[in-house]
Amino acid sequence: MASQKVLIDPLTRIEGHLSIEMDVQDGKVVDARCRGDMYRGYESILQGRNPVDAQQIVMRICGVCPVSHGQASSRCLDDAFKIKPTKNGRLLRNLILGANFLQSHILHFYHLAALDYVDITAILQYKGSDAGMVRIRDWVNNELKVKKGRVDELTAAGPFLPRYEGKDFYIKNTDINIDAIAGYVKALDIRQKAHQMVAAFGGRAPHPISMVPGGVTTEPTRERIKNYKSNLKEVEEFVNEVYAGHVIAVAKAFPEYFKLGRYDSFMSYGLFDKDEDRKNFMFEQGLVSGGKLEKLDTSKIREQVRYARYRSGSNLHPLKGETVGDPDKSGAYTWVKAPRYDDRPMEVGPLARIVVALNSGNKDVKRELNAMLKNFNAEVPAALSALGRHASRVIECKLIAKQCYEWLDELDSGKTRNSYDIPEEGEGEGLIEAPRGALGHWIVIKNRQIANYQAIVPTTWFCSPRDDKGGRGPVEQALIGTPISDPNNPIEGARVVRSFDPCLACAIHVVEGDREIGKFRVC
Amino acid sequence: MSLNRRDFLKIMGGTSAALAFPGVMIQGCKKALENASARTNVIWLEGLSCSGCSVSLLNKLNPDIVSVITEHISLNYQGVIMGGTGNAATQVLEEAVKKQRKDFVLLVEGAIPTKGDIFCTIGENEKTGKGVGVREWVEELGKNAVAIVSVGTCSSYGGIPAAKNRINGENQTGAISVQELFKGRKNVLNIPGCPPHPDWMVGTLLHVLLKGMPKLDEYNRPVMYYGKTVHENCERLYYYKRGIFAKEWGEKGCLYELGCLGMDTGCDIPVRKWNNGANSCTDCGSGCIGCTESVFPEFGKRGIYERLHADNKKAGNLVRVAAKKGLGGVING
Repeated sequence: MASQKVLIDPLTRIEGHLSIEMDVQDGKVVDARCRGDMYRGYESILQGRNPVDAQQIVMRICGVCPVSHGQASSRCLDDAFKIKPTKNGRLLRNLILGANFLQSHILHFYHLAALDYVDITAILQYKGSDAGMVRIRDWVNNELKVKKGRVDELTAAGPFLPRYEGKDFYIKNTDINIDAIAGYVKALDIRQKAHQMVAAFGGRAPHPISMVPGGVTTEPTRERIKNYKSNLKEVEEFVNEVYAGHVIAVAKAFPEYFKLGRYDSFMSYGLFDKDEDRKNFMFEQGLVSGGKLEKLDTSKIREQVRYARYRSGSNLHPLKGETVGDPDKSGAYTWVKAPRYDDRPMEVGPLARIVVALNSGNKDVKRELNAMLKNFNAEVPAALSALGRHASRVIECKLIAKQCYEWLDELDSGKTRNSYDIPEEGEGEGLIEAPRGALGHWIVIKNRQIANYQAIVPTTWFCSPRDDKGGRGPVEQALIGTPISDPNNPIEGARVVRSFDPCLACAIHVVEGDREIGKFRVC
Repeated sequence: MSLNRRDFLKIMGGTSAALAFPGVMIQGCKKALENASARTNVIWLEGLSCSGCSVSLLNKLNPDIVSVITEHISLNYQGVIMGGTGNAATQVLEEAVKKQRKDFVLLVEGAIPTKGDIFCTIGENEKTGKGVGVREWVEELGKNAVAIVSVGTCSSYGGIPAAKNRINGENQTGAISVQELFKGRKNVLNIPGCPPHPDWMVGTLLHVLLKGMPKLDEYNRPVMYYGKTVHENCERLYYYKRGIFAKEWGEKGCLYELGCLGMDTGCDIPVRKWNNGANSCTDCGSGCIGCTESVFPEFGKRGIYERLHADNKKAGNLVRVAAKKGLGGVING
């Protein structure tokens, strides 16, 4: 039987524009292609600018993880300017980044991923007396009634409906659904509070403004620390008492996703500096491939473009990297480049950080992972899956929230930043982890201006197309074997892809436009 | 639903709205919301964007985002939070075009590429198997929209996606603003900011829905939020008036010498603050980067950060120049 093309375009509930094309045979995915649908040309826009402008501009690569981009850029400039952050600068960077991890992971589970599992129409069965829930129930009822037969009928109870519909798509137990819906609503407030934590030291969120080379500009006043801590307490309680429970409930309802979306090569640049020299991390740096731990050597990173729409050279290290678009390049199907480490694709993100930390002997991670897996009588290999990614985010949130208190206590009256001069010439590398994985920025400075700036973002690693040798990217590979019960409603593929938490704003796929509007592929 | 004066002020975002709205209008709004048989539809499209405006919208408080979605508007399409994906999502847009719906406000986040629809697509055309450009969606849906609201600096003025390579002067996507795309249209307004404050987005939107277009300045921004400069609203104005200037970022004093763009930038952040009062750009010691202005992030040849260290002599001159220009500042003044 010939395979059938199944398309998810656009994959919503992510950051940016992404579509997934799958070949389905006998009800299972046999091949897949990840396509980024947007290109802005940041690397080109940065050329010729003041290097210090870079950190503000690159934050706008992504509105969900601007903190990571801002800090990758600050580190990149630290490196090029040959300076280090002060102790307070390091701690404040960690506190801002930690808060955004909490915000991003909570947002991802509840507001991006959960609607693939939770039946939101269950709210109509709500019989309790919580004012907020009653209000939402009445709203849905009212929407369905008022819009019936109207020109906008399809949008009743938007933006939650319409959605993929099918038998067994969503959790059937009404109580679990209603509890998760309450969690969704509560999580909106909690993630907003985590953003208040980002703003306490970052100035604002998203796109915090205080991160600069050498540290941050914000003084950690008593009032700001108090504000941060009171929000932290609420967020931590939510993570431990609500978020963890909902992830476990989803995993129990859909245990097959411990066997789906699997991958086996992982890389982490290391998360949260324990010292100003950037040698020790709260979540370790390294690679695990085939169960073996390796040391990171960024000189082994290359970007390949055979299947990406660039006319610039292939297999280049980012310091020598080029980004010149070629919309008409034959054979190319995406504008996302294919980064490879020592010629191998790598999964990056929460699962990668947990696996690398576990293999590096991180006791906290081991304890939390084992506790999590105990809920399912599962062993570590089960975690290398779609559900393992969701579980990894919970584990990170628990450990990060706890650690934030210690960073607050370590703050002292010292300087929050070191000053700097822009050198005539220089090169810098800035590595950090975004919530979605390893993020690297590279800069070349000439005449005190940006001569070259390249960023390899987490989604470029996992939503990578085939490389020069034809090897699939991690998401493309992880989709293989995923059952698709209804090609018109391929929710299973969406679940696998969303487990990676794609963030496509700087990823790029180009297709020619067509003036005819009104008829669209529904496969 | 009933909406008293206090509620309305809450929706519009507090203090400065109180100054911007005469009592008569507030009475009018109350009536309008009570009479609405259902909430007005909103379609939110993303072009060349980072989703930062969407994320900022989620930070809305007083009323919170749940109230906004369930009580004040009907959000038909919003790529970051909507339940539908793939064709389950695009059918909403497709039907709105096919049925020539005229019952919605179109919000656009992100700039529009003009060197090819290829640079940003949403959904695929069934016949050609090719992506449908966001430009096409915005043009088609914009035809019948009650109003077109540009959310954020990218859709308002082009912003970073429209910025040029400073070596060859090129912009690879030919990104433009929504008002450029709809040149001559009257019902296009801008809520710039990178990101815009959620109060600005929801407050402006409700003004459009309830009372029609708010008073706009020459950059098509609602005067109620952008009418005063950061400098006029600044927490550090005290220092400026006494000639106390910070020598380093984060220090006490006015940040002008360090290149703060507050004198040139219209917005009420120092009063309104970010994230439930947690902080502001000027209060956190970084200074304003001018993100609500049409010239962001270029500022001519200047760029965002002009100076890295305070230069007393130069700063003194600039302050005198700025004072002469009636606080108009170096960009707009």
